[in-house]
Amino acid sequence: MPVEDVYVDTADSDTGPHCMGSFASRGTHRVGNAVIQAAQEARAVMLEAAAEELEVDPADLVTDGKGNIHVKGAPSRSITTAEACGAAQFKQGRTVSGRGIFLIPLSEVDPDTGEMTPVSCFAHAALIVDIDVDDETGELVVVQMNSAYELGRALNPRLVEQQLVGGAWMGMSHAAWETTEPYYPDRGHGPLDFNQYLMPGPGDIAPHDIAVLERPAPDGPFGGKGPGEMCANPVLPAVANAVFNAVGVRIDELPITPEKILRGIRANGGARPQAGR
Amino acid sequence: MAKKPLHFRLNGAEKAVFVDEGQNLLDVLRRGVGDLTPKYGCGQGACGTCTVLVDGEPHLSCLTLAEAVEGRRITTTGGLAQGNQLHPLQTAFMENFAAQCGYCTPGMLMAAKALLDRNPSPTRQEVVEAISGNICRCTGYEPIINAILEAAKSRGARQYG
Repeated sequence: MPVEDVYVDTADSDTGPHCMGSFASRGTHRVGNAVIQAAQEARAVMLEAAAEELEVDPADLVTDGKGNIHVKGAPSRSITTAEACGAAQFKQGRTVSGRGIFLIPLSEVDPDTGEMTPVSCFAHAALIVDIDVDDETGELVVVQMNSAYELGRALNPRLVEQQLVGGAWMGMSHAAWETTEPYYPDRGHGPLDFNQYLMPGPGDIAPHDIAVLERPAPDGPFGGKGPGEMCANPVLPAVANAVFNAVGVRIDELPITPEKILRGIRANGGARPQAGR
Repeated sequence: MAKKPLHFRLNGAEKAVFVDEGQNLLDVLRRGVGDLTPKYGCGQGACGTCTVLVDGEPHLSCLTLAEAVEGRRITTTGGLAQGNQLHPLQTAFMENFAAQCGYCTPGMLMAAKALLDRNPSPTRQEVVEAISGNICRCTGYEPIINAILEAAKSRGARQYG
């Protein structure tokens, strides 16, 4: 059927089948494969219903992707998907529906080599960030981001771009702004609201050029893996390295606040810009 | 506590409702007259998702005393589309993928409408300032800024509502 006829319902997790959840950067991979399996089961019932109406064998039926089912080699012997589903529901007493689950067997560790496959669908990223660090105030400003991502096939390229742009913002926020313990490990100093829990605003973002490399994953749904957490993660080490490159201060605790940068500069006896490469 | 009668215009329609003393405008809009388009976010004026227009000016409805809008003109996201015709800002938000989870969107739209109503051709910096009181957790702001700039540009071709 045409994609315009596809309606995605947001099911209630209280009443639907059990799902372990969307985490570990695998929502697209696992859910996508489960949806394909469910669609195949529903399609098989629909073809059985169509076969009964056309008085043929289901194996002889093909679909044209435009909402029609016909006998292989005989396009005139056809029925629409809507008619087939109507017949299933109201004449034949069948439910045109499907279920799906996608489970990857637990990967055992090879006792000799230690080899295992803990994940199967992580995206990969490279990210370069240009920043300015003020060695008097410790403030850092992101000037430019350039990134490249490998995430299988981009199933919906506009949504992938949206996720990467938004994720980079969140990465910046984790790198330099957000914390529940801003100064000292005392809950009393923790932020209570958005006036104290800081995040970059629309004026703090930088131009971001993104390249998406599509290398379809063999076991992904139509080759897709999805960006997952990789949309945010590479920003953090990139910013930490950029701060070191700019003023020679190694900060190993997030977020990288002006206070930490200034303390580092003071400990070093001044800013020590590293050589460019 | 005695309830007080309150009259105002909501998206062009007369509304009359009884409110509690001290009740805020957001609560009256959502529970009093059933307009669920302005969202409750932080409840203390820090996130901007409850933004509505009062006589064309953006106000944080969670911090606005309902009694203060007696006789005034309220515009919410619910009043942007005309029938099936989306407002140019809504179209631009859609085309620029400016909504992800969508929770900040009503506030962003109202902040943007207030800006474009008084400044039809804003610079990027003016757009940034106009939405700087609105928090977005998903988009990284860039698509929202682009959508508002595009809506401003399309105003020349179409009548902007």
